[in-house]
Amino acid sequence: MMHLKETELCLGLPGGGCEADTALKVTGKRGYSQTVDLMLNLQTNDQSSSTDLNDNKLQNSTKNNKDPIKPPAKAQVVGWPPVRNYRKNVMAQKSNNEETEKVVAATAGGGSVAAFVKVSMDGAPYLRKVDLKLYESYQQLSDALAKMFSSFTMGDYGSQGMIDFMNESKLMDLLNSSEYVPSYEDKDGDWMLVGDVPWQMFVESCKRLRIMKGSDAIGLAPRAMAKCKNRC
Amino acid sequence: MTYSFPEEVLEHVFSFLTSQNDRNAASLVCRTWYEMERWCRKRIFVGNCYAVNPRVLIRRFPEVKAVELKGKPHFADFNLVPEGWGGFVYPWIVEFARVYPWLEEIRLKRMVVTDECLEIVSKAFRNFKVLILSSCEGFSTDGLAAVAANCRNLRVLDLRECEVEELSGHWLSHFPDSFTSLESLNIACLSLEVSFSALERLVSRSPNLKTLRLNRTVPLEKISKLLQRAPQLADFGTGAYSAEIRPDVYSSLQEAFSGCKKLKSLSGFWDVVPAYLPAVFSVCSQLTYLNLSYATTQSPDLIKVISQCHNLQRLVVLDYIEDMGLDTVAVTCKDLRELVVFPSDPFVADANVLLTEEGLVSVSQGCSKLQSVLYFCRQMSNSALISISKNRPNLTCFRLCILEPRAPDYLTFEPLDVGFGSIVENCKELTRLSMSGLLTDRVFEYIGKHAKKLDMLSVAFAGDSDLGLHHVLSGCESLRKLEIRDCPFGDKALLANASKLLTMRSLWMSSCFVSFGACKLLGQKMPGLNVEVIDERENLNLLPENAPVEKVYIYRTVSGQRLDMPDFVRIMGKDKNGVYNLSLCDKGL
Repeated sequence: MMHLKETELCLGLPGGGCEADTALKVTGKRGYSQTVDLMLNLQTNDQSSSTDLNDNKLQNSTKNNKDPIKPPAKAQVVGWPPVRNYRKNVMAQKSNNEETEKVVAATAGGGSVAAFVKVSMDGAPYLRKVDLKLYESYQQLSDALAKMFSSFTMGDYGSQGMIDFMNESKLMDLLNSSEYVPSYEDKDGDWMLVGDVPWQMFVESCKRLRIMKGSDAIGLAPRAMAKCKNRC
Repeated sequence: MTYSFPEEVLEHVFSFLTSQNDRNAASLVCRTWYEMERWCRKRIFVGNCYAVNPRVLIRRFPEVKAVELKGKPHFADFNLVPEGWGGFVYPWIVEFARVYPWLEEIRLKRMVVTDECLEIVSKAFRNFKVLILSSCEGFSTDGLAAVAANCRNLRVLDLRECEVEELSGHWLSHFPDSFTSLESLNIACLSLEVSFSALERLVSRSPNLKTLRLNRTVPLEKISKLLQRAPQLADFGTGAYSAEIRPDVYSSLQEAFSGCKKLKSLSGFWDVVPAYLPAVFSVCSQLTYLNLSYATTQSPDLIKVISQCHNLQRLVVLDYIEDMGLDTVAVTCKDLRELVVFPSDPFVADANVLLTEEGLVSVSQGCSKLQSVLYFCRQMSNSALISISKNRPNLTCFRLCILEPRAPDYLTFEPLDVGFGSIVENCKELTRLSMSGLLTDRVFEYIGKHAKKLDMLSVAFAGDSDLGLHHVLSGCESLRKLEIRDCPFGDKALLANASKLLTMRSLWMSSCFVSFGACKLLGQKMPGLNVEVIDERENLNLLPENAPVEKVYIYRTVSGQRLDMPDFVRIMGKDKNGVYNLSLCDKGL
């Protein structure tokens, strides 16, 4: 009773592979329009993946880099995977998350190189790491740091996202407060206040971050202002 | 010669029958028993609110104290049921208010509940005690305020993952000072802050409070105050589990937890700061339920907690736990009955964590009492599934979600038919199964052959032909709920097994190949079924009979047609009066 042809296995979308049911032709456009065009490329380079599970695990994370056929990002199928909205929303809020540190993105071939820098916060028992390439502005970095160090909120960066160094009194207010202020070590080895340069320049020159109390950062200010004045 | 017990004796005997199935069976014995039973049935469960209507219910059961209703189909959880489909509880509440003034308990799942409903509930039932709303929507904090203000004898207010329109957090303050009967409060799904002092006072004057699940906005620093006021708590859900690292906050938290000698369930842990986790160590060995599924922290931190939970029976966690963490579970949690692992990053193709099928195999080996599994992962193999089935033939619920649709066995690239086949063959008590990965008609053959106790089956992106569906419908004797999406199942299997559908609660099929014509025919031939076509496209009348519908939801019913359908829902094959229409040349829908 079983039609063997119907059970013939092919790695690909039904209708695209071996046997095409006539019904499929009628609905070809409809039936799977919502699903992702899956490129099951497992038959290509995975002969190299041994049956050793450990190897597989390691390869998992670097697969992205070696395999040119792999689709870059997954289009979302409605209701798949079956995760409820509440959970999706809660997890989505962990954007620019520290979990991306786990992905060995540093070995990525094409695409931008990650820019991981250590972040320390005075009084916090452990250091963290952030990939500066994940953010596009000081505000985004600020949000991410705030999530990592929950008592940390950056001062007001103004509309351009840069501390207004020309406004000395504003700066002094910030530095006199008990609020935390982010500082960074730049390529020259100098410790600067975060926010003094355009974002891209900052990403390129920042080697590590330190979040310190405003009062401790006062020593940085004159140097920071001097450097800034030289640039302007 | 007839023997008959006095009514009082019969009633007394029936009072020992708690299961609805037993009561249904008893009421079939004879007319006397039917009459006796219906007068003394106090608890009603309606698994599909459209299977029966309120009038029918209250006519048969005049003395009801507790009602449980379910509305939307399960796939509504994943946005497959369009907004406005139905599941409105209002008509039920109105009837209950009219006929059951002594109603005490209402439990609703996936229903639309309005503020007006809540207001009626708060005023119509003098002795109202228990309100449990699970995955419900349609109400606001105003409705909650009405419940708080008016239900003098309320014991349970449990909002499980509801979508609430939050106008303010002030509703909690509506519980009057004279209100002291609270036993259980779950507001974890709410996002607005409630007044902490109101909460604290409420907790202080509720000596019977056993369950308290806070929402994310209650700060960690304040939790110790609440725990000190309620050391008798058995079930506690924290708010956001993060704060500045401060020794004084830590030590009062730790002290507060260690004072909770009866604590058995712990949940919450949003935004967890690992440094604060050790504060719960003192209660870990007491815990039977631990939900860390919002704790976005890495495996080592999770392991430190779990390795102390020797008495754990139910664990809910994110895949941050990784295989290594599950090895710890396998070694530590020898009493584990249920394991749930949710994905931390479900929409990213590559694995962000080292969680594979190995973790599940490990737990299946180490935890001999494991019965229920919900596991999200990125790779699976037939050999792993076979191992799991051999390790744990006592599984009753097995739900596996491999994130990539149609993913084959990652070792052999074959379908996972044999693996799932092994599950249904070895786990003879299996009542619930959800499958994923690459699956052909063969897996359905195995299911039809072996899964004799299967009650609920969920299928997605699987199968090759109608044969698959036919195997399940013809073979699974105990099947009551079948939900299918994106499978090449069509008319043949459905029509050939039409009578099977009368023995089931419901069948859901979306993005399959079931045609309008078949739906109409089924609706015409089977007056005991509602064949609902759910289709949001315009100009459906212009589509040919053999065009597939977007979604079809078929359920048995004694209540005839629904009267509350939106325009994208059509009940096929019946005219407006709910009488089936045999006119085959009628192209109208």
